[in-house]
Amino acid sequence: MQDTKPRGRLFRIWDSDVAASFRRSPVAIISGLVALIIVLAAIFAPWIAPTNPYDPSSLNLMDGFTPPMQPNAFTGSTYLMGTDNQGRDVFSTILYGARISLFVGVSAVLLAMVLGISAGLVAGYRGGWVDAVLMRVADVQLSFPSILIALLIFGVARGIIPPTQREAMAIWVLIVAIGLSDWVQFARVVRGATMVEKGKEYVQAARVIGVSPLRILIRHILPNVMGPVLVIATISVALAIIAEATLSFLGVGVPPTQPSLGTLIRIGQQFLFSGEWWILLFPALTLLALALSVNMLGDWLRDALNPRLR
Amino acid sequence: MLAYIIRRIVQSVLVMLAVALVSFALFRYVGDPITAMVGQETSLEDRAALRENLGLNDPFVVQFARFVGNAAQGEFGISYRLQQPVMELILSRLPATLELALISGLAAFVFGVGAGVYTALRRRGALSTAIMTLSLIGVSLPTFLIGVLLIWIFAVELQWLPSFGRGDTVVLPWGWETGFLTQSGRASLILPAITLGLYQMTLIMRLVRAEMLEVLRTDYIKFARARGLSNRAVHFGHALKNTLVPVITITGLQLGSIIAFAIITETVFQWPGVGALFINSVRVVDVPVMSAYLVLIALIFVVINLIVDLLYYAVDPRLRVERGGVRH
Repeated sequence: MQDTKPRGRLFRIWDSDVAASFRRSPVAIISGLVALIIVLAAIFAPWIAPTNPYDPSSLNLMDGFTPPMQPNAFTGSTYLMGTDNQGRDVFSTILYGARISLFVGVSAVLLAMVLGISAGLVAGYRGGWVDAVLMRVADVQLSFPSILIALLIFGVARGIIPPTQREAMAIWVLIVAIGLSDWVQFARVVRGATMVEKGKEYVQAARVIGVSPLRILIRHILPNVMGPVLVIATISVALAIIAEATLSFLGVGVPPTQPSLGTLIRIGQQFLFSGEWWILLFPALTLLALALSVNMLGDWLRDALNPRLR
Repeated sequence: MLAYIIRRIVQSVLVMLAVALVSFALFRYVGDPITAMVGQETSLEDRAALRENLGLNDPFVVQFARFVGNAAQGEFGISYRLQQPVMELILSRLPATLELALISGLAAFVFGVGAGVYTALRRRGALSTAIMTLSLIGVSLPTFLIGVLLIWIFAVELQWLPSFGRGDTVVLPWGWETGFLTQSGRASLILPAITLGLYQMTLIMRLVRAEMLEVLRTDYIKFARARGLSNRAVHFGHALKNTLVPVITITGLQLGSIIAFAIITETVFQWPGVGALFINSVRVVDVPVMSAYLVLIALIFVVINLIVDLLYYAVDPRLRVERGGVRH
C-alpha cells in the first residue's frame, strides 16, 4: 500500500505536465487528430464503409476502374475514391486495410513490448550471465536491419506451416515476425532504467522487508521505467505499420483477399502505367498520414516526458 | 591495442558462428532437403540411400561442422527453385546490388553532409525549414512508397527515366557486369539510387546538423572567429572537420543496411540484384538461397562493423567504451 501513494501523485504531476505540453503544441494536436480519425475510421469500418470488400458477391466486375467521383460508364455507379480492377470501392478497401495495418502494427508492438520488457527487467535486475547472454543476443540482432529479420522469420514460418494454412495464418505470422524483430529496443531501455532503479532506496527497502523479486520487478520497478517505454512504443507502432506495409508490398504479407494498406499500394502500382492513379494514391496517402501522425506523436511524447530536451 | 583487436576479431567470429548456426538450422530443419531435391517418383529406398550419402543421418555437430566448412569455401548447395549452385547465382547478381549500394551511399553522404552543413549554418532560412520538413517526411515515408512515387513522377508522367531493370550492361574482363558504362545503364541507376539513399541521406543530414550546431557553440570556434578567420575557414576548416568522425562511422555502418534495404528497392524497380533473388526465395521457401544470403549479409555487416570499430579505436582513444548499435 505504501508505494501507491507517491506513485499516484507522480502520475498526476506527470499527467498534467504532459497534458499541458499537448495543449501548447499545434503539431501534437493536429497529428493526434489525424491519428484519431484514422483509428476510429478503421475500428468502425464495417459501419462506415459503403461496401464490404471481403464479400465477393457484392462486387461487380463491370464497376472496375471507375475514376473517383465520376459515374461508371457501364453501371453508372459513383465512388468517392473510385474502384480498383475488381470493382472494389477504394474507400472501403482503405478503411478495412487500415484496420488490418493498425491491428498488425499494434499487436506486433505489444508482443515486442512484452518480450522486451521481460527480458530487460530480468537482465537489469539479475545482471550476471543472464544479462550478458540476453544483451549479446540483442547486440547481434540490433546490428541487422529489423526488416531483414522479419523477412527471415516470415520465410521460416512459411517453411514450417503447411501450404493450406498459410493464408489463414499469414496475419499472425506477420505479427510474430515484426514483434520478434523489434523487442531489442524495449529490452535495452528497460534494462538500463532497471539498473538505475534497483540501486534506489525504495527498491532496497522493498527487498529488506522480504518482497519477492518478481513482485519488486512488476510492482515497484516496472511503473518507474514505463516513461521511455511509452515513447518507444509510440514510435514503434509507426515503424511496425510501415514494416507491415513493406512486407505486404513485397508480396510476403497478408493475402490479396484481405488487403492491408501495403497490399493496396502493391495492387495500385500495377495500374500506374495505364493511368489509374487513384488505386495507388489514396492508400498511399492514408499510409503516409497514419505513419507520419503516429511518428510525430511519438516525437512530441519524447520531448514532453523529457524536460531536458525542451 | 593488440588485445583489443584480438578480442574484437574473436567476437566477430563468434557472431558469424551464431549466424551460421541459424542458417544451418534453417537449411536442415525447414522443409526436407531430400523432398526438395528429388522428384515424386523416387522410391523410399533411394531416398534413404541419398539421405545416408548426403550425411543427413550424421550427428548434429558433424553436420554443422560440415556446413561451416562448406560455407567457408562458398559452397551452399543447389537452389531448389532455379536448380543452380547458390553461390553462382549470388555472385552473378552481386555486381548489380553493389553498384546500386555504392552510388546510393555516395549520394547520401555528399548530399547529406551538404544539406546538414547548410541547415546548421542558416538555421532560420526558408530553404532550411523546407529541407528539414522534407527530411521529416522522407524519414516517415516507407522506402517502397518513395520508389513508387518516383516511378509515377519521373517514369510515368514525365517519362524522363526508365522505371525498371538495369538498362544495357557491359561485362568487364574479370566477369563483373557493370551498368556504369552505358547511357541506359546510368539512367536506370538514378531512380533506384535516390530511393535507396534517401533515408540514409536524411539520417546523415540530421546528424551533421546536430553535430555542427554543437561544435559551433564551442570555445575554439569563438577563438577562431576572434582570430579573424573567414567564415569559410571557420565553418569548413574547424567546425565541419570535427563533426566528420561520427558521420563517417555512421555512413560506414549504414553501408550494410543499404545493402539489406536493397531488397525493397530492387523489388520496386525489378533490379536484378541479390535482394530480389532473396525475396523471391522467401516467397517460395527456397531455403539454400535464404541461408546463403543470410550468411553473406552477416559477413558484410560483421566486416564493416569490425573495420569501423578498429578505425574508431585508431582515430579516437576516448571512444573505447562500449557503443550501442544503430537502429533503422
